[in-house]
Amino acid sequence: MRKVCVIGVGMTKFGEHWEHGFREMVVEAGVRALDDANLHGEELEAGFIGTMASGRLIGQEHIGALIADYMGLNPIPITRVEGACASGSLAFRQGYTAVASGMHDIVVVGGVEKMTDLGVNEVSDILGGAGDQEWELFLGATFPGLYALMAKRHMLDYGTTEEMMAAAAVKNHKHGAKNKYAQYQNEITIEQVLKSKMIADPLKILDCSPITDGAAAVILAPMDIAKKYTEKPIEILASAQASDTIALHSRESLTGLRATQVAAKKAFETAKLQPKDIDVAEVHDCFTIAELMAIEDLGFFKKGEGGKATLDGRTALDGEVAVNTSGGLKSCGHPVGATGVKQIVELAWQLRGDKETEGRQRKDAKIGLAHNVGGSGATAVVHILKGA
Amino acid sequence: MKSSIALNWRRIPERYRILGTKCVTCKTNYFPKRNVCPKCRRKGKMEEMQYAGKGTIYSFTEISAPPEGFEEQAPYVLALIDLKEGPRLTAQIVDIRGKDVKIGDKVESVFRVIQRDDPDGLIHYGFKFRLVK
Repeated sequence: MRKVCVIGVGMTKFGEHWEHGFREMVVEAGVRALDDANLHGEELEAGFIGTMASGRLIGQEHIGALIADYMGLNPIPITRVEGACASGSLAFRQGYTAVASGMHDIVVVGGVEKMTDLGVNEVSDILGGAGDQEWELFLGATFPGLYALMAKRHMLDYGTTEEMMAAAAVKNHKHGAKNKYAQYQNEITIEQVLKSKMIADPLKILDCSPITDGAAAVILAPMDIAKKYTEKPIEILASAQASDTIALHSRESLTGLRATQVAAKKAFETAKLQPKDIDVAEVHDCFTIAELMAIEDLGFFKKGEGGKATLDGRTALDGEVAVNTSGGLKSCGHPVGATGVKQIVELAWQLRGDKETEGRQRKDAKIGLAHNVGGSGATAVVHILKGA
Repeated sequence: MKSSIALNWRRIPERYRILGTKCVTCKTNYFPKRNVCPKCRRKGKMEEMQYAGKGTIYSFTEISAPPEGFEEQAPYVLALIDLKEGPRLTAQIVDIRGKDVKIGDKVESVFRVIQRDDPDGLIHYGFKFRLVK
């Protein structure tokens, strides 16, 4: 296996883009990544694109071909990858594998979701497909509902409070307020979260990530030629993915995601690092409880201590590990297929000390971790990156 | 959403009767049914398993923002229920609000309308649960 680096990154603003379609967003992110890597495009040998539900959201399948066409990349192979909300990370992992194996040198990876062409009810129904349609969603479960079931159990077993969960949203909005690509660039307070509309007890609307349009893209190259394109290649130290049961009810524990635990363990072993070595982490906060569980499952804090750690500021910009400097899914937005790639974009900026992270730069960030989850935890992906 | 008749028809025994499977090899009970035992895989032997519909609440929430087809029912309690035969399943708890439910409460199954498609679509039936007094 060859060493692989990220040599260019780019993304669209995340938000409600009435004026931009799926293909325009992908092209915008892709061109920014090419610009960033000082490439024209003919250097690219292959591409991978993560999108969860384009077929139902915009009625378009055959995404690989569409993007090859509209990016002007024909005839190189572009392959669509799907793993619910982890689709972007799966695409990134496919790109990594293609370069590491020696099959391709320069590869583009994209993630995209166009979600606001439909109403909220239809979008929620489509996102439900990330869970067990026949035995969860059919019976009245919703995604906030599934995470609420985890939250209730986490509260009972470890004394986690609604205030602790709210603290994750408050922190992420604080970061998002400094991110010009974020959907919500406003700060919020714990009181606002606690008083916001109930969705699925104990989760309120401000505990939930939004419906978002957006795209992100990165360019990968083998380490030995990466310096030709950038002074600051970001090395991928580890790529790990794990699976778990599609339905929450089939799992032994509700207070953590086993797929995250397994992927994290594997990633840390591969990178020969420990959780304490991570300076900056983008974790999957589709709901606030998900961030609390993630920082436990990734090993930053002991099981049950994620809530208090968050409330105490230990995951803030100047905490032991800066979590979700982009604003996370909560504040930056969650165009599901794009999220995993956006995490890599944010980490690359952080690890380079790029001007894009002004006002939310983790001081001396050297090692970054990206954590992306599909559904209620049936897929989890962890990547560890190192700055030059 | 309007759903396929065949898709719903094939699940009727499982939804109406809480019919699952058990692996005779490792003595594990499953709901919903599985064709392959995840523990034994090729060595497993699966048979039908009829559940009694008795269990305890492992976790629950009250859904205030319902999905399509459930609008008339909200707010409603959704729970994970540990069946006395072993498996855990997802189901609604009827005739109660969330504030009156506790983790560990005993429940029993009832036969109810689960959801309705569009006004001229299918009406889906199946199991829900209620607290045992």
